[in-house]
Amino acid sequence: MGKSEFTFSHDNYLNNNTGKSNLMSWLTTTDHKRIGLMYLYGMIFFFGLAMLIGVVMKLEMLTPGKTLIDAQTYNAFFTLHGMIMIFLFIIPGIPAVLGNFIMPIQIGAKDVIFPRLNLMSWYFYIFGGIFAIASLFLSGGPIDTGWTFYVPYSIRTNTNVILPLLGAFIIGFSGILTGINFVTTIHRLRAKGMTFFRLPLFVWAIYATAWIQIIATPVVGITIVLVIVERLFSIGIFDPALGGDPLLFQHLFWIYSHPAVYIMILPAMGIVSEIIPTFAKRTIFGYKMIAYSSLAIAFIGYFVWAHHMFNSGISDLSRMIFSLITFLVAIPSGIKVFNWVATLYKGSIVFKTPLFYVAMFIFLFSIGGLTGMITSSLATDVHISDTYFLVAHFHYTMFGGVAIIMIAGLHYWLPKMYGRMYNEKLAMWSGAIIFVGFNLMYFTMFILGYQGMPRRFWSYLPQYQTLHIVSVVGMVIFVMGMIVMAYNLIRGARKGPIAPANPWGGVTLEWRIPSPPPTLNFDKDPVVTREVYDFTNPDDYGLPKIEERGINE
Amino acid sequence: MSSNEHTNHQISYGTYVIVWLTLIGLTVLTVAIAGVNFGGIALILAMAIAAIKSTFVISYFMHIKYDQKIFLVFIITALGSLAAIFFLTTFDVFFR
Amino acid sequence: MSDNNMIQEQAIQEHSHSHVHRDDIASKMGMWLFLFTEILLFGGLFLLYLAYRFQYSQEFFTSAKNLNIVLGTINTIFLLTSSLTMALSIAALQRGNKKLSIAFIISTLGFALGFMIIKYFEWTAKFAHGIIPGGETLTSRPHGEVIFYGMYFSMTGLHAIHVIVGAVLILFMLRFVIKGKLNKDNYQRLENAGLYWHLVDLIWIFLFPLFYLLH
Repeated sequence: MGKSEFTFSHDNYLNNNTGKSNLMSWLTTTDHKRIGLMYLYGMIFFFGLAMLIGVVMKLEMLTPGKTLIDAQTYNAFFTLHGMIMIFLFIIPGIPAVLGNFIMPIQIGAKDVIFPRLNLMSWYFYIFGGIFAIASLFLSGGPIDTGWTFYVPYSIRTNTNVILPLLGAFIIGFSGILTGINFVTTIHRLRAKGMTFFRLPLFVWAIYATAWIQIIATPVVGITIVLVIVERLFSIGIFDPALGGDPLLFQHLFWIYSHPAVYIMILPAMGIVSEIIPTFAKRTIFGYKMIAYSSLAIAFIGYFVWAHHMFNSGISDLSRMIFSLITFLVAIPSGIKVFNWVATLYKGSIVFKTPLFYVAMFIFLFSIGGLTGMITSSLATDVHISDTYFLVAHFHYTMFGGVAIIMIAGLHYWLPKMYGRMYNEKLAMWSGAIIFVGFNLMYFTMFILGYQGMPRRFWSYLPQYQTLHIVSVVGMVIFVMGMIVMAYNLIRGARKGPIAPANPWGGVTLEWRIPSPPPTLNFDKDPVVTREVYDFTNPDDYGLPKIEERGINE
Repeated sequence: MSSNEHTNHQISYGTYVIVWLTLIGLTVLTVAIAGVNFGGIALILAMAIAAIKSTFVISYFMHIKYDQKIFLVFIITALGSLAAIFFLTTFDVFFR
Repeated sequence: MSDNNMIQEQAIQEHSHSHVHRDDIASKMGMWLFLFTEILLFGGLFLLYLAYRFQYSQEFFTSAKNLNIVLGTINTIFLLTSSLTMALSIAALQRGNKKLSIAFIISTLGFALGFMIIKYFEWTAKFAHGIIPGGETLTSRPHGEVIFYGMYFSMTGLHAIHVIVGAVLILFMLRFVIKGKLNKDNYQRLENAGLYWHLVDLIWIFLFPLFYLLH
C-alpha cells in the first residue's frame, strides 16, 4: 500500500496526515479514493487466486484422464474459480474500484454520502471473501456444487457448503450497501449546475447498476439463507424428498444472478462511453440515448432470468416468453454500440492503450453477444447447453466484455489515481498478447462445445485432445500477457514518470483537478454550466487552471 | 442543499389515530370474512385488504404522502419490479 | 455550498455526528433504499409461498386450521398499535415534547415484547405437537404440510428476527432521546428507526391473512 516515496508537492489523498501508522490510516480511512484502492488491492488478490485455480484446471485438460488433479478436486476448483471470479471480482469489480474512486469526483462531490458505510462495505467484502475461501482448508473439503449452488445437490453434498454460502451472502450485503450509497450520493451530492443530463455517462451507468444491486441482490440473499436453513433443519422448501421444488430455487437464484450480469457489464459500458469521446476528441453521439439505454438494459435485464433454465423443465409458455424478452436486451445494447461507433466516425482519434482495449472490447463482446443469440434461441440452446460453447460464450462476455474494460479503465485513470504513468509501449504489447491468447484459448472452446465437449468434466474423450492442447497453449500466452500488463501497471503506479493532471485531454471533472487528487478532491466547489462532453469549448467548472500537457509529449 | 430542509410536515396526532382506527377496522373485516366461503377469490380479497392497509401505513405512518415525490417514484420502482417478478414466474408455475 | 463543505468535512473527521449540518433527506433516502432490499428479501419468500400454495392448496388449508386465529389477530393488533405509537413518538418529538415521545417509544417496545411473547407460545405449542422443522413427526406427514410448516417457520421466523432487530434499534433511539441527542431539530434517526418498524408491520399485514386466515 501507499509508499511514502511520493514526491507530489500538493496535499493529496495518498499522504498520511492522520497521525496513525500508515497501515492503520488505510484500514480506518473513510476517503472514497482510498477505499476504492483498497477494493482494488483486494480484487487483485482474489483475481490472482482464481486465475491460478483456472490455470490448474486448464492444465488438467492437457490429457484425457488424470493429468494433475483428481475429479473431486476438479469439482471443487471449478466451483471456487466461479465463485471467486463472480462474487469477488467481476460483480463488485468496476463499481467498487472505479465507481468509488471516480464517480464522486465526476459529480463534483468531496466524498460519497455515507463514508463510514462505505468503509463497512469494504470490510464485509473482505470477510465474505475469507468465508468463501476458508472452506478450502476445513475438514469436509471445499464446496463442489458449482458456483450456482443448485439444489438438491447442495443440500446433500458432504462438503463445506454453509460457509461459502454465508460468504456469498455477506458479499451480497456489501454490494447492497455500496448500491445504496451510490444512489443516494448521485441524488444528493451533485455539484451546482450538474443536472442529471449533464452527468458523465459513467455516472449514469453506475446509477443504473446501483439500482440493480439494491433490487436484485436480496432475492439471492433469501435463497442462500433458505439453502442454509434447509441443510441445518430440513424444512423441505427446496428438498424434493420433502415435497419442495428445486426449480423454484433456480428461479430465485437466477432472478438475482441474471441481473448480476448487468451489474457487471453496465459499468463497463459506462467506461467505454468515457474513453471513446476522450480519444476521439468529439462530443459523444446520442448522449441521452446512451443514458436511457443504461436504464433500459437494467430494466429489461431484470426480466430475462429464466433463459438460464430452458433445459431445466420449465413450462413451454415461459420458455417462449423468456426467449422473446431475452432478444429484446439486444436493442439497448445495440443502441450503445452504434452510438459509440458514430462517435468515433470522423473523430480525431488518438490511439492509446485505453482505446486499444475498447477496440478489443467491441470485437470480443460482439462475439460474446452474437453467440448469446445462439444460446437464447430455444432450439440451438438444447444442443449447446452445458457444453464448452457456453463456457466460451460467457468468458467472451465476462472477460472480453467486463474485465477487458476494467483493464482499460485502470490504464485510463491510473495517472489520475497515482499521479504517475505506465509504459505506453509495454501496455500496447501486453494488450496484444492478451488478445491473441484469449482468442486462442476461448474460440477453440466454441468449437469444442459445438462438437459436444461437456463442461465441468475433469476428463474427456481422446478425440477432443488436439483442440484442448491448442486451448491450453492459448491459456499460457494469455497468462503471460496478463502478467506483463499487471507488472507494467504496478511499476507505473509506483515508479512511473510523473503524469500531468490531464494526460488525455479529457473534459470531465476528474481531469480538472491535480493528480493524485487532493484529500477533499476540490479546493473550490465546481460549478457546471454546460453539457459534459463539449470538446470545442470545454467547461472549466469554475475551477482554477491546471497544468495540462498534450498526450503526445 | 440547505441544512434547514426539514424532511417532513408535522402530522397531527388525530390523523394518526384515525389511520390506526381504519387499520384496526380493516383487520376486523379481513378476519370476519375469512369464515365466509368466497372460493377462488378469497386469496385475492385478503390480499386486496392487505394492500389497502399497506397503502395507509406507507402514506401516513411512513409519511410518503408528505415527502418529496422522488420517494414515491422509488417505491413504485421497487414494488413494480417485485410485481413483475411475480407475474413472470407464474408463467412457469401455473403452466408447467 | 458551504453546507456541502461541512457535510464532507464532517465525513472526514470521523466521529462528529452531532453537527448541526447534516443531510436528513439523504439519510431518509438511504433508509428507504435499504427497506426495498428488505421487501425484496421477503418478496422471494412470498413468491415461494404463492407457488406452493398453488401446488398444495388442499394441504395448505388443512394445516392452516392448526394455527390460532385469536393469537394471530391479537398480534396483528399489537403490531398495528406499535406502529401508531412509533409514529406518535416522532410527532411528539417534532413538537418538542420529550416526555411524551419517550412514553410512546416505551409503549412501542412494550407491544413489540408482547408480540414476541405470543409468538413464543405459538411456536412452542407447535413444537409440543411434534411439529418441529426436520423432526420425524413432521417429515412423515404429507408433503404439502411439510412445505406449509416450512414456509410458516421460515417466514414468521425471519419476521421475528426483524422484530427483534427493530426493537433493538428503537432501544438505541430511546437512549438518544433521553440523552437529548435526538430532539426537536434532529429527529431523523428516530424517524428512520420508525420506517424500519413500519416495514416490519407491513410484512406482518401480509403474513397474517396468508397463514392464519385460510378457511
